[in-house]
Amino acid sequence: MTTTATPGTTPGTRTTSAAPAPPGAIDPRAPQLAAAVTSVVLVAVLLLPPPAALALLAAQAVLFGLGAVRGVTATPYAWLFRTLVRPRLAPPAEWEAPEPPRFAQGVGFAFAVVGLAAMLAGATVVGQVAVGAALVAALLNAGFGLCLGCELYLLLRRATARRIAT
Amino acid sequence: MSTGAWIAAAAVVVTVAVGLWRLATDGRFRVAAAPAPQEPADAAPPAVPPGAELVASVGGALGGRATLLQFSSAFCAPCRATRRVLGEVADLVDGVTHVEVDAEQHPDATRTFGILRTPTTVVLDPSGAEVTRAAGAPSRDQVLAAVARVGSHDADGTLNK
Repeated sequence: MTTTATPGTTPGTRTTSAAPAPPGAIDPRAPQLAAAVTSVVLVAVLLLPPPAALALLAAQAVLFGLGAVRGVTATPYAWLFRTLVRPRLAPPAEWEAPEPPRFAQGVGFAFAVVGLAAMLAGATVVGQVAVGAALVAALLNAGFGLCLGCELYLLLRRATARRIAT
Repeated sequence: MSTGAWIAAAAVVVTVAVGLWRLATDGRFRVAAAPAPQEPADAAPPAVPPGAELVASVGGALGGRATLLQFSSAFCAPCRATRRVLGEVADLVDGVTHVEVDAEQHPDATRTFGILRTPTTVVLDPSGAEVTRAAGAPSRDQVLAAVARVGSHDADGTLNK
């Protein structure tokens, strides 16, 4: 017997490997590819001289923001996956909900904005550390399929719930 | 090497360390029962274990053999795979039920159980007391082994029910 108390999920609808994409679900390899491209961009931000680094980081911040506001399927990286990568791959074994990576894009956006603000204010190292943190999250997603931003969500909620309770 | 290059190198090192640590520990059920901050060992157990209370509050039923209590959240990709695996085990093994709760909707239980990540799977014995738990998506074999452990726990006589 399975009892599900999570809103928005229906007990009994278990996706099997051969199943077509459930409505709204995404191929988990799409955010992974996006994370790989993001990693390259963030490494470039760390290696390039200030003007180019700032411009790149600003561009990446816009992409993070786009992913967070319009959803992960609305970013150019998702388009890249759909048109160039997806046709060459077998269907995924598992589909994924779009909300977790979308939330993580928001976390990435926050780090990119902190990095930008610090760099603009002249605190280059502080900005680079923020970019480095975003880079760890992106690399973990690309290489290991782990979504740190998603895990942060529960910790944030726990922390805020405690603050309200006390 | 520039500061940026050092930070990039450090990020790679941290990533590999965290990634390997997660690969090694994800879905692994702990041998020792979870942190039990509630009471000293010799004190009387609470009338209703928190697990039993939580399962009842979401309208679920404790399994006669074991209950797989899954903490999930909306922003959690591996929760899906975990739901499927635990559902399979519940279908496969007699007396095992799968109960999924949204960690956000049950903040008190989330704190009582000390849930830091989703998915976390807590294995409850027939009385609703925690036997073991795993953070991260477990494999079917890992869940089956954990369920088997509930049986041995029972045979040990450590369970007074």
